[in-house]
Amino acid sequence: MSASSDLRDSPAAGYPERVAPRPVVRARRSTRMPWLVVTAAVLVAAVMVLPVLVALGEASASGDEASRLLLRPRTAELLGNTMLLVVLTVPITVLLGCGAAWLVERTTLPGAGTWRTLLLAPLAIPAFVSSYAWTSVLPQVQGLAGAVFITALAYYPFVFLPAAALLRALDQGHLDAARSLGSSGPGAVLRVAMPQLRPAITGGALLVALHLLAEFGVLQMMRFPTFTTAILQQFAVGFSNAAGSLLAAVLVVLCVGLLALEVPLRGRTRIARVGAGARQRPVAYRLGAWTLPASAALAALVGLALLVPLALVGRWLVRAITSGAVAVGPLLAATGSTVGLAVLAGLAASVAALPAAWLLHRYPSRLSTALERVTYLASALPGVVIGLALVTLAVQWARPVYQTAALAVLAYTVLFMPRAMVAWRSGLAAAPPELVEASRSLGLSGFRTLIRVVLPLVLPSALTGFVLVFLATSTELTATLLLAPTGTETLATAFWSASDELDYVASAPYAAAMIALSAPLTVLLRRQIMDQR
Amino acid sequence: MRRRTFLTGLGALGAVGLVGCGSKSEGGYKADPDSLQVYSAQHENLTKAWAEAFTSATGIKVQVRKGSDASMGHQIVAEGSASPADVFLTENSPAMTLVERNKLLAPLDEATRRQVPAHLTPSSKSWTSIAARSTVLVYNTAKLDKADLPKSLMDLAAPQWKDRWGCAPGGADFQAIVAGMLAGQGEQKTTDWLNGLKSNARVLQNNIATMKSVNAGEIECGVIYHYYWYRDQAGTKEGSANTALHYFRNQDPGAFVSLSGGAVLARTKKPTEAQRFLTFITSKAGQQVLVDSQSMEYAVGSDVASAPALPPLNSLQAPPVDPFTLNSEKVTELMTDVGII
Repeated sequence: MSASSDLRDSPAAGYPERVAPRPVVRARRSTRMPWLVVTAAVLVAAVMVLPVLVALGEASASGDEASRLLLRPRTAELLGNTMLLVVLTVPITVLLGCGAAWLVERTTLPGAGTWRTLLLAPLAIPAFVSSYAWTSVLPQVQGLAGAVFITALAYYPFVFLPAAALLRALDQGHLDAARSLGSSGPGAVLRVAMPQLRPAITGGALLVALHLLAEFGVLQMMRFPTFTTAILQQFAVGFSNAAGSLLAAVLVVLCVGLLALEVPLRGRTRIARVGAGARQRPVAYRLGAWTLPASAALAALVGLALLVPLALVGRWLVRAITSGAVAVGPLLAATGSTVGLAVLAGLAASVAALPAAWLLHRYPSRLSTALERVTYLASALPGVVIGLALVTLAVQWARPVYQTAALAVLAYTVLFMPRAMVAWRSGLAAAPPELVEASRSLGLSGFRTLIRVVLPLVLPSALTGFVLVFLATSTELTATLLLAPTGTETLATAFWSASDELDYVASAPYAAAMIALSAPLTVLLRRQIMDQR
Repeated sequence: MRRRTFLTGLGALGAVGLVGCGSKSEGGYKADPDSLQVYSAQHENLTKAWAEAFTSATGIKVQVRKGSDASMGHQIVAEGSASPADVFLTENSPAMTLVERNKLLAPLDEATRRQVPAHLTPSSKSWTSIAARSTVLVYNTAKLDKADLPKSLMDLAAPQWKDRWGCAPGGADFQAIVAGMLAGQGEQKTTDWLNGLKSNARVLQNNIATMKSVNAGEIECGVIYHYYWYRDQAGTKEGSANTALHYFRNQDPGAFVSLSGGAVLARTKKPTEAQRFLTFITSKAGQQVLVDSQSMEYAVGSDVASAPALPPLNSLQAPPVDPFTLNSEKVTELMTDVGII
């Protein structure tokens, strides 16, 4: 482990060092983990994994039933569906996200600034709102194809965002060097740019994959049964939640598989650069005759992702306003509590994710990898599973926080921390270790180095993580219903009770408010791309 | 550039933070200790109407916690004797039975039980029905001729109905219907029917989706509860303009009537107020609130007429099954074995 960290730290990264053996003292110093950070990361990991363990314990209560439930044809069908969805959708989001990012950041495509905003905008539209809109316009959008279609359109920004940020930050000097060494243009991109993009792409792809495992609303509406929809059905009809928990245990296994897969895919390429010479601004690829088709492709992507849901919500909203069905007081109250909970969750998740991300960045080892990975487990489970586990935990061990905002925020943190983690990880990847070394050698403590050197560098990424958690929290439903304080209405719960009553006109203001609340935040995300060095 | 972003971000954070805190101090992120805590999986409009009418009649404040049948039932069980809930209202009976089996319900006041016909309350006397809904077949009038309608719900398992009908077997609503079938027809017939469902029916997410699918002509007919159709008819007719309802009657499994439940939690700190709440919503005044709320569910209180648009409850010729002895566990097992859920 010390060898790899030294390689990352050496100024000539990329070239394996086969020179003299490293001085032992230095190696020790750089691999000794700060105990305070380790303790914090361990604590966070313990809190994150606890509800998962409770759910698994519930599953083990099913005893002999377990094999009967797991070995039936239906389980194979669900497994096939879930994996098919992941295997099809993730590459599509990578293709869409990276393709769009390349067009916007590295070519002469006109209107790059506008495209950046528009391509991020789908993040502002809850996927269940857009799938409802699509099914009411085109009932044929259903099954596997429909599920892939809707989720790819809703989730590609998770890849686009980090890919665009990194493509923008790419040093043209590296590409030129590759060209001068005889590589073709596309070859240089493949061999020089792609490896640098890997952490961003795999991070985004991991988020998409975890999301797909836990997605419920869209798949239910698309009538495409996966483990998550089956879990909710078992909870809905079951007399014990053991069967649902057992299916959730399968999801945990799938999640572990994905997490293990991502480690080697991510690679260890160094991104930050420090040293003589200025970074060269990237040279834009001349699109020429391809300008029109490229613009048309992006327009189609954005149009599919935005137009239908916005048009439908707009239509319902107009009807709601003209029929006087908009109750302004409750709407404002729901918006207020949604914002309050989402801000707290965004902050909590960002703070909680930092120790493990920092350890992984500075002291890569099995321990730090494990501490980071563990925090992803819960996010692959449906909110209702984590929610019920937290009910059990809080009622038995923490009565005072039960049905307080604190417990709801904890649930959101458990469910959405990966978003903050991935953001921290790509931000830290761009913070050169040399600056930290320099700061330490100038006498600053590790903690003050973090505050004064690293945080300012990674703040844009931190903000990204915060916004992503905020967006997820503001549309979360099942855990909110179980854990939010009695009397607290959020936009998602209000939308749910109105749409549950077949009243799309009454639900429209809440859908519109969710979108209106999220839209300005995607502009903040856009700044993240712009600010990459 | 970075500094500017930093400041913008910080400013935005501060702004949303302020809004958040503002709402926190006003709305109050915790339950009101003076209010009766009602956990309700019933439709929000109806629950709200009942709560308001009760408060204005008695002066007792009510705070409603909403959820769905199953997760709320599981939640109360997980809370156990520490539950903050005083009253539990459900849409169907299985979630109530779940809580009852965990011995978390208090016996119901005699005053409440007197107001509801005996066949609409359980022999355990620990909960009461508060509303009822009937199974119906919704059909597309352009695609399916009235003369070609199935005589029985059981017919839909026959090969000639392949790919022509739909239902939402994943929900609590449908489970209650199958439980009724199991009680009346036995395990073999029910299993055969479920196998027929598996090969014939289009599986939809809920009653609304089923109705819309029929309305759009994607399928000819679908099994739902009656009130979704009546509500849509009373409103925009967006999801039901091309459809009509078929009542199976004749004590057919398809004429099953499902009961919404209401109960007082055993460990409530406000037993008197909680009992009064149930006495109120089953009273003539309380049932009239249901009728006026446009929920289109059936009133269950004696001497209260349901919404005039509905065929009378006693004209539906529901099958003679006791809704309180329905074996929902067995139903889950059968549906799981067949591979529907």
